[in-house]
Amino acid sequence: MSDPKTTTVDVNGFPCRVWTKGQGPKLGFLAGLGGLPRWLPFLDRLAEKRTVIVPSLPGYPGATGHTELDTHLDWVLAVRQLIDKAGLAGADLVGASVGGAFAAEMAAIFPGHVRRLALISPFGLFDDDAPAADPWAQRKDAVPGLMCADGEKWNALMAPPEGANSIEWPIEMTRAAEAAARAFWPLGNTGLEKRLGLIAASTLILWGERDAVLPPSYARKFAAGINGKSRVEVIAGAGHLAYLDQPDAVAGAVLGHFG
Amino acid sequence: MKLMWFHLMPYTELPEDFNKKHPSVWVDIHSSLFDPKRAHHMYNDFMDELEYAAELGYDAVCVNEHHSNGYGLMPSPNLIASSLARRTTDTALCVMGNSLALYNPPTRVAEEFAMIDCISGGRLIAGFPVGSPMDTCYAYGQNPSLLRERYLEAHDLVKKAWTEKDTFAFNGRYNQQRYVNIWPRPIQNDPHPPIWIPGGGSIETWRWCAEMDYVYCYLSYYGYKAGLTTMQGFWNEMEKLGKDRNPYRAGFLQFVGVAESRQQALDLYTEPAEYFYGRCLHVDARFATPPGYVTEATQRSGIQGMMQKAANVASPATKAALKATNMKDIVDGGYVLIGTPDEVVEQIRHVGTSLNVGHLMLLLQYGNMSKDMTKYNTRLFAEKVMPKVKDLFGEWEDKWWPKPMAKGQRAAVPAFRPQLAAAE
Repeated sequence: MSDPKTTTVDVNGFPCRVWTKGQGPKLGFLAGLGGLPRWLPFLDRLAEKRTVIVPSLPGYPGATGHTELDTHLDWVLAVRQLIDKAGLAGADLVGASVGGAFAAEMAAIFPGHVRRLALISPFGLFDDDAPAADPWAQRKDAVPGLMCADGEKWNALMAPPEGANSIEWPIEMTRAAEAAARAFWPLGNTGLEKRLGLIAASTLILWGERDAVLPPSYARKFAAGINGKSRVEVIAGAGHLAYLDQPDAVAGAVLGHFG
Repeated sequence: MKLMWFHLMPYTELPEDFNKKHPSVWVDIHSSLFDPKRAHHMYNDFMDELEYAAELGYDAVCVNEHHSNGYGLMPSPNLIASSLARRTTDTALCVMGNSLALYNPPTRVAEEFAMIDCISGGRLIAGFPVGSPMDTCYAYGQNPSLLRERYLEAHDLVKKAWTEKDTFAFNGRYNQQRYVNIWPRPIQNDPHPPIWIPGGGSIETWRWCAEMDYVYCYLSYYGYKAGLTTMQGFWNEMEKLGKDRNPYRAGFLQFVGVAESRQQALDLYTEPAEYFYGRCLHVDARFATPPGYVTEATQRSGIQGMMQKAANVASPATKAALKATNMKDIVDGGYVLIGTPDEVVEQIRHVGTSLNVGHLMLLLQYGNMSKDMTKYNTRLFAEKVMPKVKDLFGEWEDKWWPKPMAKGQRAAVPAFRPQLAAAE
């Protein structure tokens, strides 16, 4: 597994890391809760067929600047800048969890920016009849099982790599949680429901069948709201961050959808 | 030294198996445990106790704000303070305080505090806590990543609303108001009522208090032994900033149980203390650390501190004692000072001098302590302890104490005579 190329782009005066790997048409990925403290097998699978471009959202590992973003409009415009500066305007876009909510916003508000869309358990809605779990009010030992069907996958994502700064690493992980909270506190409801009808891009909606954060019933709400062609696919043996639990199945479904 | 009488207003009838059957005393404590008719009596007992403390000559009575909390029945301390303003005469009213970011618009705090100051003739101490994670982020749904900035901005707005003479527009990042012009205005207008800041042990808060010339209060439930490091940190920081060691720059909370003998004190106060440290502090850990609530600078010093402690293998005894729930550990840990009046005098003088704290906030009611026992504790302390500790810090001026109207100028509040009213 070779390393991706790392570059940095500026959003509102703050650096955001962009990883690039692979060949072929561009494909963007906006990660979910926790962000990307490390490169993933899932991204390697995508990079076998595509040029995978992975910008870090403000405040997630490799990026700062979340502290400047006060409103949802601030966030949406920051993500738009990030997409543009990473060279992803008009490309296929995958977004998962919190990144999924922003990928959906891009397709809704800037339809020319997203060719095809794939959403993996996206945030953005709250269903009173099936309340989402609160990812920010969990005992430490409950978090891995909430994020992944196999909690070890989450632990592996979060584990400090050899040589990591033992003070800064945990702060960076907390910062990612803060950035997500800053944009989605307290319920994850950004009013996205009102804008789903603006999404014209062909959309694949993937959901881990054991998603403990957002119940799989949310997939139907997304599908019903999106104006463009949409299809729901449930990923067996996967939790909220399905790309950690089942990298091959998720990458396969995404590549199939993008063609 | 100022001796201030603090009430948390705990619900006194949490069941014995509370900790086993319920995950948390705070945020999602079950409504079935709350009996409003019993709470009627609790509130009235608690307010009697506060009034009693005022009568006995405590320098201040103190109330605070909590939400969805089984040990703190004051979502609005201002309601209690306004009642106390009418039923007390010379005692300072310390509202410790209003969590500024929870009020929309925050000028509500400026108004209500000004009302209390007017009604009481200028006896208000205005406390501005950020508020705990449970109160602010969970019970009140505030965004932890925005909380501190909102708090600081609300503080600026409230202070300006108190001091600016003309109607002004406030163009903040989080608050925008075209016409800010509060009525009433506080009596204490030179320049405003004393502002006290209850906080944890963050350097940012200490620096801010020094810069603004506010009183810093460390309101821990774990007593003077656990509080020593924090207060030493505070005073070290004051020294670095070139501030004097005036003990009235600081406030500290301490539980006390005084009786005729040490054994009697143990007999009396074991149950209420164990009720408090057992049931009342049974908070689900999932509500402790919303991401962003603790600043990165504080996280950094916390992680470094932990590493240093681990390296030194500092004090395993303190670590074991922390979170104690049985009376022996509670007393050994210094959470609750107990003993005869003379033993308590000695301990209070030690707390005052070792922490260099001029404003001592006393919890003489805690847990399920009855009104009778509370009054006993309160009276014995007032009669036998207070006179022997008042002289501490006499050489320092308390520049952060309320400056009320002259006694002769204040309104005479008629005695409350319900029997007469009924007869009329």
